[in-house]
Amino acid sequence: MDSAVQTINNLTIGFKSQKGKQISILKNISTTIKKGETVGIVGESGSGKSTLALAMMGYVKHGLYTISGECLFHSNNLLEMKNKDLENIRGRKIAMIPQNAGQSLTPNLKIGYQIDEALKLHTDLKKEERDKKISELLNKVRLPSPEIMAQRYPHELSGGQQQRVAVAMALAGNPELLLLDEPTTGLDVTTQAHVLELLNFIAKDTGTSMVYVSHDLGAIAQVSDRVIVMYSGEIVLDGPVRSILKNPIHPYTFGLLKSIPKLTSPGLPDSMSGSQPQPGTIKTGCSFYERCNLAEDKCKNNSPTLEYIDDLNTSVRCFKYKELINVKETNLDSVKSINNDVLQNEILDISKVSISYAKQKFIDQLLNKIDDSNPTVQDINININKGETLALVGESGSGKSTILKSIAGLLKTKDGMIKFDKDKVLSNDLKMRDPGFLRAIQLIFQNPDESLNPNHTVEEIVSQPLRLYFGLKGDELKQKIIEVLEKVRLGEFYLTRYPRQLSGGEKQRVAVARAFAAKPDIILCDEVTSALDVSVQAAVLNLLQELKEDFGTTYIFVSHDLAVVRAISDRVAVLYQGRLCEIGPSKNVYQLPSHPYTEVLLGAVLEPDPDVKPKLVAEDIVEEKPPEQGCSFQGRCPRILGDICKNEVPPWQIGENGNSIRCHIKVEDLKKQQNIN
Amino acid sequence: MTLEKEQKKNNLQKVYEVIKTMASKPSGLIGLSILLFHVILAITSPLYVPYDYKAIDPSLMLQAPSSEYWFGTDSLGRDVFTRTILGGRTALTVTFFGSLIALLWGGALGIFCGLVGGKIDDVVMRIIDAFLSIPWILAMLLIVSLLGTTTLVLIPALGFFYGKGIVRVARAATHDVIAKDFIVSARARGHSNLSIIWNEILPNVRDAIMVEGAMRWSWMLLGFSSLSFLGFGVSPPTPDWGLMISNARGLMSFAYWAVLAPIFGLSSLIIGINLTADAFAKALGIDRSTKAPV
Repeated sequence: MDSAVQTINNLTIGFKSQKGKQISILKNISTTIKKGETVGIVGESGSGKSTLALAMMGYVKHGLYTISGECLFHSNNLLEMKNKDLENIRGRKIAMIPQNAGQSLTPNLKIGYQIDEALKLHTDLKKEERDKKISELLNKVRLPSPEIMAQRYPHELSGGQQQRVAVAMALAGNPELLLLDEPTTGLDVTTQAHVLELLNFIAKDTGTSMVYVSHDLGAIAQVSDRVIVMYSGEIVLDGPVRSILKNPIHPYTFGLLKSIPKLTSPGLPDSMSGSQPQPGTIKTGCSFYERCNLAEDKCKNNSPTLEYIDDLNTSVRCFKYKELINVKETNLDSVKSINNDVLQNEILDISKVSISYAKQKFIDQLLNKIDDSNPTVQDINININKGETLALVGESGSGKSTILKSIAGLLKTKDGMIKFDKDKVLSNDLKMRDPGFLRAIQLIFQNPDESLNPNHTVEEIVSQPLRLYFGLKGDELKQKIIEVLEKVRLGEFYLTRYPRQLSGGEKQRVAVARAFAAKPDIILCDEVTSALDVSVQAAVLNLLQELKEDFGTTYIFVSHDLAVVRAISDRVAVLYQGRLCEIGPSKNVYQLPSHPYTEVLLGAVLEPDPDVKPKLVAEDIVEEKPPEQGCSFQGRCPRILGDICKNEVPPWQIGENGNSIRCHIKVEDLKKQQNIN
Repeated sequence: MTLEKEQKKNNLQKVYEVIKTMASKPSGLIGLSILLFHVILAITSPLYVPYDYKAIDPSLMLQAPSSEYWFGTDSLGRDVFTRTILGGRTALTVTFFGSLIALLWGGALGIFCGLVGGKIDDVVMRIIDAFLSIPWILAMLLIVSLLGTTTLVLIPALGFFYGKGIVRVARAATHDVIAKDFIVSARARGHSNLSIIWNEILPNVRDAIMVEGAMRWSWMLLGFSSLSFLGFGVSPPTPDWGLMISNARGLMSFAYWAVLAPIFGLSSLIIGINLTADAFAKALGIDRSTKAPV
């Protein structure tokens, strides 16, 4: 095995519990990273994937220690090396790219200086050579005009550019192995697609081996040659990317792939029940036993071993993998299509709404000058019918959360009007709103860690709206709380728990329960699934859909994830820089011809399929402010016509499928252009 | 069981757990025992003092410690041991209630300012800053000389001056939670400000404010003794450590015992409170080492 860069043998890493019990985080990991190979490590949070990546650098987190096994880089065991020797390997031979590049770059040093530091540390080049190398590296990661870029500070770059700088720094020492820990997780869809494409290019260009750690199967599919699936600290599946993603033979991977919403197959994905066992709780048997559909008695009592299957070139840890070998399609037949009774009853009418974050100057206020600054969100017209799910889609900074906040009354609108139930105008000021309207519109937030008071029990959390709106007390209150909790599949058992004692999915269920306790007409969902693991995300989406069918609630669903939006929404509104680009029934918006921005977004979506490559149409630029006049998308539009786009606000056109597109290009022309590409 | 009852049981359990954690480290155990010792002494000492604390006897002036007078006698022939074990009573009572007042008004104003923000917050905080810039001891002297040195003046005056710092701590702690989504969510539901403070903010800032209050207590004790030392605290012949140190300090070169005993009493109590407050902070998971005293 000459070509092996890193070999991991029987690695077990764990910690000692307070009672002195030894608990393993990683269990008997054995694998080999070959030269020039890109290996993707996938798993849900808590599966041990980051611990494994760190161990590959010879680093074990504080509190953890190596119980057994070794991690060989060529022939040196990294886990037994002295710090001094490790310093020579880290950066030079093995480099790491962290998740959040913005936080790992020093904010007060120029980009060029920081790369120079890495070069000084990891190479023996002279000053002039290093300067040349800096430009070379910045060029390699495709940053425009490297000389100017080197003079900038990290905060002057966008998230995608920062990530590129991090890649450049990692490449400074010409490493043989590159470890990437969720490198694209915090990025926008289009930026993510660009960064992944860059990583692919670098892997081919330099022949560096890469280990790509992610929870996102879509990203993994784009970069990896081989995929390792981890569950509860064990490798459960290890094989070539195609066979793993197209024909997963472990029930966990099978379920995981099923639970990912896809653009190509609308409707809600299947969800997996249960959650990953806590470290140290599984004594005997398969760690996936409790969630497995195929499980039988044998799985409960015996732990399966990692078995190598010759003709698939895959290792699998399952007794029953044979049952899955011939199942080819993983998704199509199981998808539940959503079926909502949308009444032609308007429940919310947003007309000509603009919102501005800019504060009027004190003097201007005195002189009664009209504020003519360019508002963050402008000219939003949306009607929402009863029982409908409307999705607002866009990248960060598109104003989707801003619109949500102003519907909830948390932000004042500058212009325009929001009408509830046909003719009741919602006041701009939260305090002036009728309590009945406040009850009717409830919010669910992105991160349940933030939206649930850490010092309240589940009972107190859910009791808040019940006491406020219905004045319930005592036994009646308790009865109602239990009733609401049962609706979200949490039992009485959870009443006395604190949020920190719940898993991510359970926390989000509590947040959903709190919103539904108010018996709302409209629920505003702000990225409700983006902080959750894939399998949990599917479960929460299914829950929301069921509750909607029971109560006839209207959802306004904000998300940056187009696949999730496709799965749950009836109608989609696409936003760029606070301006509407396109709106229509979701199945129509997701079809071409569409607004150039929708086209860019759709092209950048990553499918968990190595054969579907993202189409990169537009430049990866980040705009901070909407343009003063003209079309909002003029700065990035790949199909820009010319001056007309810069000077005139485009008109609304009715697209071929009944969706409204706001563009200067005629729908027929859009159709021609988009079909050619 | 109703919500309220369960809540009560939960709180009691929490207090018990916090005390248990505090006592599990040597420094916390030492602090707690010193504090407990002083409190018990202050409550029970009148029952077993060997002599009358105000009995003046010129023939017994400045006796060295002996089996009869354990800590010797002072310049008026009074027993130092008697006066030392009685000397903490006023100080403890005044500062305990003083810091309670400081805690209440400082905490309430701080949370209020943190919540409402804007202009009101600006104005209140500038006033607090202005007060912080006045040397408290001068202001105290002014108040005490105008209104007298009774406990009814001292407690609120000390409580006021030591509460200013708590306003800032409470405001900062409120700012930490105010941006969290659960507050936004409560606002969007339409809860009143009072209900948001009581239900959502208070449980999250309570710990920080309580720890701050405990620290203020020890500083206030030192402040109160300084006032007594200057002659503006308790009036003679009431036994008080600050006053005792002040009276005996001129004779320190040949009657060290008359100074040493009250100094020991005062410093051990302050150390006790400090250690307890630190252990309290650690038990609640608050790191005091990163915060400079305001």
